[in-house]
Amino acid sequence: MSRVELNTLRKEFGETTALDGITLSVADGEFLVLVGPSGCGKSTLLRTISGLETQTAGDISVDGEIVNTTPPKERGVAMVFQNYALYPHMSARRNMTFGLGSHGSFTDDEIAQMVSEVAATLGIGELLDRRPGELSGGEKQRVAMGRALLREPELFLLDEPLSNLDAKLRDEMRTELTHLHDEIDATTIYVTHDQTEALTLGDRVAVMNNGQIEQVDPPQQLYDVPASQFVAEFIGSPQMNLFEGNVTATNGRLHVERGRFSTTVPGSPQTVDGGRFTVGVRPEDLYLADEAAGQQYSDPCELRVELSETLGDSVVLYATDGETTFRVRTGARQQFGTGDVVSVVADPERLHLFDTDTGVAVYHSGTGPPAARAVTRQ
Amino acid sequence: MATTTDPLTQRLRARLTKLSAPGRYRLLVHGVLWAALLVVLAPLVLAAIYSTQSASEIYQITNLLPGTQPLDNYTTVLFEYNFAQYMLNSLVMTTVVIVGKLTVSLLAATALVYYRFPYRNLVFYLILFTLLMPLPVRIVPLYQLMADLGWINTFAGLTSPFIASATAVFLFRQRFRSIPPAVIETARLDGIGPLRFLVYVLIPMSRGVIAGVSAVLFIGTWNAYLWPLVVIFERENQVAQVGLRFIQGVGSEGLIEWNLVMTAGVLVMIPPLVVLLVARKHLLSTLAST
Repeated sequence: MSRVELNTLRKEFGETTALDGITLSVADGEFLVLVGPSGCGKSTLLRTISGLETQTAGDISVDGEIVNTTPPKERGVAMVFQNYALYPHMSARRNMTFGLGSHGSFTDDEIAQMVSEVAATLGIGELLDRRPGELSGGEKQRVAMGRALLREPELFLLDEPLSNLDAKLRDEMRTELTHLHDEIDATTIYVTHDQTEALTLGDRVAVMNNGQIEQVDPPQQLYDVPASQFVAEFIGSPQMNLFEGNVTATNGRLHVERGRFSTTVPGSPQTVDGGRFTVGVRPEDLYLADEAAGQQYSDPCELRVELSETLGDSVVLYATDGETTFRVRTGARQQFGTGDVVSVVADPERLHLFDTDTGVAVYHSGTGPPAARAVTRQ
Repeated sequence: MATTTDPLTQRLRARLTKLSAPGRYRLLVHGVLWAALLVVLAPLVLAAIYSTQSASEIYQITNLLPGTQPLDNYTTVLFEYNFAQYMLNSLVMTTVVIVGKLTVSLLAATALVYYRFPYRNLVFYLILFTLLMPLPVRIVPLYQLMADLGWINTFAGLTSPFIASATAVFLFRQRFRSIPPAVIETARLDGIGPLRFLVYVLIPMSRGVIAGVSAVLFIGTWNAYLWPLVVIFERENQVAQVGLRFIQGVGSEGLIEWNLVMTAGVLVMIPPLVVLLVARKHLLSTLAST
């Protein structure tokens, strides 16, 4: 177990900047997820922490000790890769033990003992004498996990370990990973592009974009109080509705207006003057007017249905006011046809305002201004 | 209607036209294939037949039947004409060259794929460039070099020019590049050094390619003629391909004993044939993978 601190870490590949001043600290035993779109630098960050890449500038420290130039094997890290990276000509057992010698001197009996313990934890005891070619994707991933566990690392680094598995297996492995982390309690950094994995696994989630960290927060916080428009759009499915609206401040109250949509935001934000802002509202915070009867919601706005998607537990409507297409999540088992006109209201407690130019969140109606919530922004 | 036919005749006719078109086509294809096979096999079969004939039988041009001394020619060639020694020399040379080539090429390919050094690609292209200069082009300077080293008429002189192989470096490089980078990185995280990685991971993972390359190298080296002819003077150190020429030269009064030449020819074909048979699966996949 160990604490990892990154200080203004930069990594450039020629002209390209992959990491642009990353400052981050990962607590002892924490499960931190790095999430972001392809090419945002999350894998590069993981590889730089492992020592497979060397940073251009900045410091990495593990337990207070700077490891900038320490070779990978002395950093006490174990890494699991997306494509398992098993040696195809070795049995599962040999795959796990090969190279173990450089981590300390163990007798053969000790190694055998360790392997059987790890194999029992992962439920791969029966598979140890098979080669990777004879294992399924999930089994291979378990062997790769086993190999990492066997090293008893200070720091676990997982690079999209579940991306090659089918959906069902991925769900199972996700749950197992959570259990496993509870059991071994090692500091873990997990890279994924899948927001479900990010939200379900992480103690905290770091959202990355263009080589920078946009926000690091616990999953619920990330969802409820996104620090920027990017985070708001990236986290949540279907994604948050964003539109430009006029905000007027009268008597300390904010009034949001756009075309036929208008509402007064509860509370009395002191930090926001009037002007044009990007307004964000999540699909589940929009309601059909008749579903929301009796609630203090925004004035209804008529939208024309373009498409409806049945998800089983809900129906997602894509409905337009002629300018913007809104995503509205409504209750299950409702029938809508293209061209139907629906009346939609928004929960004013769940509005987000972003600066139109910078994309930085300026106000969250449910929880107040982001500054008061100590949102981390780099 | 002039041709009113009953349904049965119609059906038969339909069936015949349906069947005969592919049938005729198949006949044509088989004919061409057999002809091609005949062209390829005829010299080999004739050599095998002639190798059983006596000196007088072979000069009856029309006599294409197996001869009267099926084994005598072989014992004569192998022991009286010292061909066993030449074959052994060839085998030793080929083995040493293959082992040397594999060692050098595997190390070179490892360096080219897993080390980042300046002008890495240039180095690779320079290696490939040597393919443009076959032995006859560089035989004079090579001979000069061997002479300067004092390696003329030595085993080192015979084998050393063959040790480096651009083909093998190229094929191994392609193979190594197809191994996922994560496999290498896993090894790096474990602190496994390059040589250990080569021996325990790369070589076992590249067995098929190594077998295929070895087969190609075996045939090429076994068939080397020009260089051994130039660099080796003593008959007892000579290789089989040149030894074949000695047999051609020993006939008395201008009479070449073609039956013995054919016998030696058959003998010299056997080792590459065995290698081809053993390694054909790997050979095909090696060539297909590039």
